[in-house]
Amino acid sequence: MRTRFQQQMEDLREKLLRMGGLAELAVDRACQAYSERDLTRCQLVLENESLINAAEREIDEMAFDILATQQPAAIDLRFILAVTKINADLERVGDQAVNIAERVMDLIELPAVDLPVDIGRMATAVSAMVRRALESFVEGKAELAQAVLEMDHVVDRMRDEAFIMLVRKMNEEPQVTQQALDALLVARNLERVADHATNISEDVIFWVLGADVRHHAQAASAAPRPERREP
Amino acid sequence: MGVGITVEHLNAFYGKTQALFDVNITVLANRATALIGPSGCGKSTFIRCLNRMHETIPEARVDGRVHIGDLNVYNGTSATQLRRRVGMVFQKPNPFPTMSIYDNVAAGLKLNGFRNRKKLDEVVHKSLHSAALWDEVKDSLHKKSGASLSGGQQQRLCIARALAVQPEVLLMDEPCSALDPISTGKIEELIFQLKEQYTIVIVTHNMQQAARVAEFTGFFLLGKMIEFDKTEKIFTNPSDKKTEDYVTGRFG
Amino acid sequence: MTGVAVLTVALVLLPLFAIFAYLVYKGIGSINFAFLTQTPKPVGEPGGGMANAIVGSMVILSIASLLGVPLGIGAGIFLSEYGRNRYGDIVRFVSDVLNGVPSIVIGIVAYGLVVMRQKHFSALAGGVALAIMMIPTIARTTEQMLLLVPQAIREAAYGLGVSRWRTTLSITLRTATSGVITGVMLAFARVAGETAPLLFTAFGNQFWNWRMDQPTAALSLQIFTYAISPFDEWHRQAWAGALVLIVLIVGAVAAVRIVVRHGTLAAGA
Repeated sequence: MRTRFQQQMEDLREKLLRMGGLAELAVDRACQAYSERDLTRCQLVLENESLINAAEREIDEMAFDILATQQPAAIDLRFILAVTKINADLERVGDQAVNIAERVMDLIELPAVDLPVDIGRMATAVSAMVRRALESFVEGKAELAQAVLEMDHVVDRMRDEAFIMLVRKMNEEPQVTQQALDALLVARNLERVADHATNISEDVIFWVLGADVRHHAQAASAAPRPERREP
Repeated sequence: MGVGITVEHLNAFYGKTQALFDVNITVLANRATALIGPSGCGKSTFIRCLNRMHETIPEARVDGRVHIGDLNVYNGTSATQLRRRVGMVFQKPNPFPTMSIYDNVAAGLKLNGFRNRKKLDEVVHKSLHSAALWDEVKDSLHKKSGASLSGGQQQRLCIARALAVQPEVLLMDEPCSALDPISTGKIEELIFQLKEQYTIVIVTHNMQQAARVAEFTGFFLLGKMIEFDKTEKIFTNPSDKKTEDYVTGRFG
Repeated sequence: MTGVAVLTVALVLLPLFAIFAYLVYKGIGSINFAFLTQTPKPVGEPGGGMANAIVGSMVILSIASLLGVPLGIGAGIFLSEYGRNRYGDIVRFVSDVLNGVPSIVIGIVAYGLVVMRQKHFSALAGGVALAIMMIPTIARTTEQMLLLVPQAIREAAYGLGVSRWRTTLSITLRTATSGVITGVMLAFARVAGETAPLLFTAFGNQFWNWRMDQPTAALSLQIFTYAISPFDEWHRQAWAGALVLIVLIVGAVAAVRIVVRHGTLAAGA
């Protein structure tokens, strides 16, 4: 039944996954560029930004088309809505990766200093969050999405710690203020990426369970579903 | 002015074949309730059990309890008395072809012995207004026959005819399936207004229509009622997988 | 294909027009005021008319209609609305058999039922005989016309809380009116020209008769008597009588059609 519709939904899903892959890659690249002070990687991130933006437009158009012509209902409708939101979040993730790359390009110009903040560890955590959020979308599993929501607290704490440590460093050694500031900004960008990963997870939960868990509303009130549905 | 309907353990049979299995529903007063489901699922049979129209088919029988307001449908009244309180509009418009528009609307009253000309005029006027047909026919009430109107107008005429006997409940069996989109739109608009005075139960195979006009929706499958809930819930997050499969078009 | 259709229609209508034309040719000369107002003169005397036969026929046909039409329509209603079962089948069978009984046999039956009881011939007996002949035709056509009324119309009435018998009379029958009338007219036209059943019932009469307990003249009987006689004068009058009979039948059917059309609305009017 409705094979054309199923096909369109499948295409939409694939497109979103591919875009997710691009966004994840951009963040990873930007973070690697930071730890290795690698200019080439920064430039790659900047170049590939247009791909992510193009994908966003394509996905929005496709979702809009399906909504208009197929009148999806229930879980299919939730899926389309979730896709459009995840779409927007992934594009922002791409933007943040670009921001990080720009900070790194700035840092490369300046002399290297030792900073009391482990951006690498933060980057790993954030990257894991993005990956798991995308996984929960692929698998349609609310539990995976829920796990991402919990990791957000950890990343928030990391950013707060980084802030305190870097401010102290700036007070103690004013000559490294620029580098410290750049690092602070990178930390903040990573925290934003984590937020977007959280949003993506909330959207997955909405799609799978029909529960609106944004702004920390509980997912427990949603009716238990007998089994997960594939779009 | 409308009343609620309670159905308990309703089973319906055509001879040896069972058409409805243990249906339980509470329909709220002054609301529109839609019944959806694939062909042959029993929704039309069900609605006909509410005004005992299924009895016009030989060998049809029913057990269970149906209450319309405080009236016991099967034990408390005759079928003809019941049908004056529960009106019905059918899938294909069926105005009486040899009668004028006026006579069509007045038919329910005239045939039940009501003769006061002035009162009849009033009722015909009011009913045609309620059915949003007055403006289109006010100049040819006695001149045109019921069958000379367009499809959409005929169906509104049938609605006016049903409303003229002042029922409390209006049953509609796929009222728009024979009509074009514009007529359908007019009738849906009408249902919205009628809700204030009557309780409406509408059978439809068009899910978007159910979603547009009804506050509550019941999903029937193979003679059983699978799910009955607020319309938004049925169409955004139904509880039963079978409901979801139907609503998303995976079958039916 | 159209040519063939037109040809067959022409062939069918040809005998009708031929008969009519011939009747006019043979009979028109003999129709005058005297013919229409006088009773038959004795043998040998010229002149005279069939006034009593014309009136007699009308009386007999009125009685037949009064008896046959309600019974026939009633039977038709029973067959269509309540007779879709074994009992209905029996009634249908009897009706078909009755239809096939020769008209003279029906005349004899009416003789036994009415004339022997009353010990005299009468218009009533004639009416009864013709009524018996009308009933099967009317019943069957009424049944067919009622069956043509869509079930949806009946359902609409039931849905309004109208009882079954009321629906049948006021809605179903009313919708089928024009068809039922056609059936009645068919039966009427058929019996209007019957002679055999009247032979032993109305018997015929040379004079005016306004009583129900005396033999009554009828056009068909009179035509028969005159036609088999050896007198030219009577032959002439027989032709005239035949023409008058046809005109009366056509006139009656046309009049009913006009009255019915005036009284009902046609769809699209």
